[in-house]
Amino acid sequence: MNKKQKKVLARIVLSTLLLAAVWAAFRFGLLPERRLPALGLYLIPYLVIGYDILKKAAKGILRGQPFDENFLMAVATVGAMALGEYLEGAAVMLFYQIGELFQSYAVDKSRRSIGALMDIRPDYANVADESGALTQVDPNEVTPGTVIWVQPGEKIPIDGVVAEGESTLDTAALTGESLPRDVSAGDEVVSGCVNLTGLLKIRTTRAFGESTASKILDLVENAGARKSRQENFISRFACWYTPVVCYSALALALLPPLVRLALGVGADWGVWVYRALTFLVISCPCALVISIPLSFFAGIGGASRAGILIKGSNYMEALARVKTVAFDKTGTMTQGVFEVSGVHHNTVEERRLLELAALAESYSKHPISLSLQKAWGGALDQSRVSELQEYPGRGLVATVDGLRVAVGNDKLMEEQGILWQPCHGVGTLVHVALDGDYAGHILICDRLKPGASVALAELRRAGVERLVMLTGDAPAAARQAAQALGVEEFYAALLPGDKLDKVEELLNEKNGCAKLAFVGDGINDAPVLSRADVGIAMGALGSDAAIEAADVVLMDDSPEKVPKAIRIARKCIRIVYENIVFAIGVKLLCLLLGALGIANMWAAIFADVGVMVLAVLNAIRALNVKNV
Amino acid sequence: MKKSYAIEVDCANCANKMEQAAKNTAGVKDATVNFMALKMHVEFEEGADVAAVMKAVQKACKKVEDDCEIYL
Repeated sequence: MNKKQKKVLARIVLSTLLLAAVWAAFRFGLLPERRLPALGLYLIPYLVIGYDILKKAAKGILRGQPFDENFLMAVATVGAMALGEYLEGAAVMLFYQIGELFQSYAVDKSRRSIGALMDIRPDYANVADESGALTQVDPNEVTPGTVIWVQPGEKIPIDGVVAEGESTLDTAALTGESLPRDVSAGDEVVSGCVNLTGLLKIRTTRAFGESTASKILDLVENAGARKSRQENFISRFACWYTPVVCYSALALALLPPLVRLALGVGADWGVWVYRALTFLVISCPCALVISIPLSFFAGIGGASRAGILIKGSNYMEALARVKTVAFDKTGTMTQGVFEVSGVHHNTVEERRLLELAALAESYSKHPISLSLQKAWGGALDQSRVSELQEYPGRGLVATVDGLRVAVGNDKLMEEQGILWQPCHGVGTLVHVALDGDYAGHILICDRLKPGASVALAELRRAGVERLVMLTGDAPAAARQAAQALGVEEFYAALLPGDKLDKVEELLNEKNGCAKLAFVGDGINDAPVLSRADVGIAMGALGSDAAIEAADVVLMDDSPEKVPKAIRIARKCIRIVYENIVFAIGVKLLCLLLGALGIANMWAAIFADVGVMVLAVLNAIRALNVKNV
Repeated sequence: MKKSYAIEVDCANCANKMEQAAKNTAGVKDATVNFMALKMHVEFEEGADVAAVMKAVQKACKKVEDDCEIYL
């Protein structure tokens, strides 16, 4: 509890004791039941607990903006006092303050627990001077290229490459999985991981502000900037709810007595004014206004704990309504680690073909190029390569040792007017042509990620009706992967632009409020990620483009996180709707009972504070995503 | 241009009121207040004087809820 809250707590305790003493004094006849002294005595606990509310209400009136909860409570309690209901007046104010205190405590607490979940912000970096002595410096001041020391037990403050040392890293804070990762010299490491075993010397590659940990924190902290429909509904609702209830209260206080006067029966002003005051007590929209953003906040916090970053409440909502999931194959459902499994129809020697292909591809970081380079295994002298021309989605042509080498898929061969041989094996086919003559093809295989087919089955169970695989791969490879994954619908041989068109088509085919999610690994599918209703980028550690373009970022690359994200979103939205229905329902019921005179002011204040407490407790449930 | 500021406010409804007040300030294109994260995100209009606009936003917010704070 902070200072402010402690002060309120002290006032609550003091006021409760005073109120109990005064009530007991009258109840057991220690004091005579006379109007004026009773009012005076009850005013003491009332003012102790309510002076700040009264002050704020007065200020609101002076500013010309009276409709806030302070004003309502002030009018309701002062009115009750005026009607001679001293105990009720003081008690309503007391309960109102207890509710406010609970709310502020609960919000603070969940703020802190979510803050603790995201405790990946490093506070310092160790830099060694010439003598080898370490000094702790502000990570903001470390320029890229500096060598920083990270001792066992410390967090890596800045992204970089290990220059010296071997160790095991705990990535749980980033990915939600406590799978330790071994690193040694030459490996890239990202900030936010905890160094477990050995001393690491890391050459930083980025500034602190650009590092993964800072980016993730930014993302989580700014998540609330994009509000969901429910949140917008609540702010609009709060805008008209309070005035409407106030005017109804006024009507309730004036109309029935006037009608009764006209009918010639007693006006009963006291009864109707009391019922109107009951209205005012219920008119505060606190329960809704606090619990809806709190639910989203807790849901986003809980998800980030599981390694799923959701960029805004609106995406949480969209995610909950996903009915179509389109996904990329390579790197998303497969490991994206390719292996050359064979060289066929080659007119030159196998090793020679691999060497030429690897050289031609030596400038590329594409997974297929990397697999060619790996299969060749030897050193690659890039000075042998010239006149490189890339054909996105098809391949490339380059001059190697004076030979025109074309490396790519069927489309490239057709464009170059080269007759190619099909393959009986299944996988990705890379054709090679030398000086315009077909020289054979290299068959490359990719393996499915463990858990990929389970993840897709779980998606179906979570209510996703349509699963579509989009891939740039050849139809044969795509069919095999689709069969292994248990997906009927797939589109193969798509260029990056075609994927976008396909997603457009799928967006048109689905009905109104259902949403489409696209899952990709962030490599060349940034446009598709941003076009889909929900773009989910996978394995985003260190990939800036994916973090920028996606709406939901999965910190590691396990496909199981996709159904998990959807289930977390469903749970969060369910809690949001529970709170909306529950809070509005109870309030309307109390308004009705209050108008009929069945519910008195006691019931009203319990409805107000009780609903708020329950809604807040329910909202905090969204934080728990372990067994979702 | 967009900027975010740390704020302090006690109740969620007051945060909504601050959001409205900020939105209606001249020079502000859009504003959102995140009560849970205690942040105000402001998108300024082209060529607006950020410092002056934020002073106005602060004043407008104080007017609707005097128990609030925007850390510029």
